[in-house]
Amino acid sequence: MPRWFYQLASPRWCYQITGRLLPGFAIAALLLLMIGTVWGLAFAPPDYQQGNSFRIIYLHVPTAYMAQSIYLTMAIAGAIGLIWKMKVADMVAKSCAPIGAALAVLALATGAIWGKPTWGSWWVWDARLTSMLILLFLYLGVIALNSAIESESTAAQSTAVLALVGLVNIPIIKYSVDWWNTLHQPATFKVTEKPAMPPEMWIPLLIMVIGFYCFFAVVLMLRLRNEILHRERRTSWVRELLLQMRG
Amino acid sequence: MSAFQTKKLPEFKPDLESESFSPGKILLATLKRDVKLAFRRQSDWVNPLIFFLMVASLFPLGVSPEPKLLSTIAPGVVWVAALLSTLLSMDSLFRSDFEDGSLEQILVSPQPLYFVVLGKVISHWMMTGLPLTLMAPLLGVMLFLPFEGMGGLVLSLLIGTPTLSLVGGIGAALTVGLRKGGVLVSLLVIPLYIPVLIFGTAAIEASLTGLPVAGHLALLGAMLVMGLTLAPLAIAAALRISVSG
Amino acid sequence: MSFDSFSEFLAMGGHGLYVWSSYALGLAVMLGCVLSPILTRKRLITEQQRRLRREEETSS
Repeated sequence: MPRWFYQLASPRWCYQITGRLLPGFAIAALLLLMIGTVWGLAFAPPDYQQGNSFRIIYLHVPTAYMAQSIYLTMAIAGAIGLIWKMKVADMVAKSCAPIGAALAVLALATGAIWGKPTWGSWWVWDARLTSMLILLFLYLGVIALNSAIESESTAAQSTAVLALVGLVNIPIIKYSVDWWNTLHQPATFKVTEKPAMPPEMWIPLLIMVIGFYCFFAVVLMLRLRNEILHRERRTSWVRELLLQMRG
Repeated sequence: MSAFQTKKLPEFKPDLESESFSPGKILLATLKRDVKLAFRRQSDWVNPLIFFLMVASLFPLGVSPEPKLLSTIAPGVVWVAALLSTLLSMDSLFRSDFEDGSLEQILVSPQPLYFVVLGKVISHWMMTGLPLTLMAPLLGVMLFLPFEGMGGLVLSLLIGTPTLSLVGGIGAALTVGLRKGGVLVSLLVIPLYIPVLIFGTAAIEASLTGLPVAGHLALLGAMLVMGLTLAPLAIAAALRISVSG
Repeated sequence: MSFDSFSEFLAMGGHGLYVWSSYALGLAVMLGCVLSPILTRKRLITEQQRRLRREEETSS
């Protein structure tokens, strides 16, 4: 194991390093999201089939993508916490869940709003939307379990097991929902099956995805720092920090 | 001399390690114990069955008594009702063992927890999933499921309900230390049940339309095999976490 | 620029309501994501400061 791995295990070191990294990530997130949004909303050419309603893609796709990668992050952090008994990893896993759930809600809501002009109804039992809904359910289960258990270490370990079980199930759920959808859905208009996007359409999308990654990093660090302060509140370094803040 | 030799007492074999610790015996012993206990506490397995019957009879009352409509929704209704009644019974899987302390004894005993857990889940299935499967044709008749669908109904439930018990066991193990585990188990487990529901109802619908059922049943079987191998591991880990905490 | 005028930009070819409402929602959710941990941090720090002061008073 490299040295940084052990350093990560120290809440104090993590608190300090995230404090140093936060401003950079915040600026990057702000810039990238602003550039991506303005580019996507004003400069990207309209879609030849959907006109301007396709511009929701710049919000919908990155959030849907992030909701999935955050689940993966949460499960990996949970596994690290289970295997190496690393407290910081437990805290990362706990901090991931609400962010992932919020982005999953956002992806579902933008999907529904996009569905109205495209499909003619707010909700369609489309395979992607349905999988996202189930992913949201998985997040809600993790959050519910975490808040139901009082002991912090038991809660962390239990949710890690649940997150890992969910991770094993995600491919099965995705496959079965895809399959169910082809069985039940008559050929609908597919948003994604169209000629390859021109670069002036997908470059802003890429910028938005990277921006959302930075955004996730910022929110994760903010939550993680709170979590560290709360759990380490009895230690001497937090006491010193508090005294410094008082000035 | 030879007579003496034949009369010799059988040598004392300490079968502690050779036999009583073999996985098969552990599994059988757990199974016997749990089935016996379940027969003594009948409400644990009779109530979910009554619930199954009641939920299914709500649909004609709530939707419409029209045979044509009911027969189209029957596969889904029977499956959803079976799923819900399995969930309802899930909380009792480890609860009583946890409350009287025998769960802790099981955890500290040297026997591999995997097989004890597997035995408990199988006995749970025998008391819930199996009766549900046997009762399902009755519900099928009540909901005007055509006769061709009965085979698919029974087979899909027979292969699908053990997976429900296995996956539900993970939820039950995670919440066993909590005072109010009931609703929480459902929240944790329902998303994980969705693939079983999809392929279970698809099997019935395939048999209704005369399409081959084997593919769906094979997929259900694949999920069952995966559940049999992985779920006891997760349940064992979850039990250790929630009992020690 | 794929729009000729600002009013056209707002109208989004008749889909303005959908596009703008989803971006407004996105902004609201993301602001909520950032603000909630910042507020939690403020509350956490004041709580701990108060606890520290209380401990100092009782010890002295």
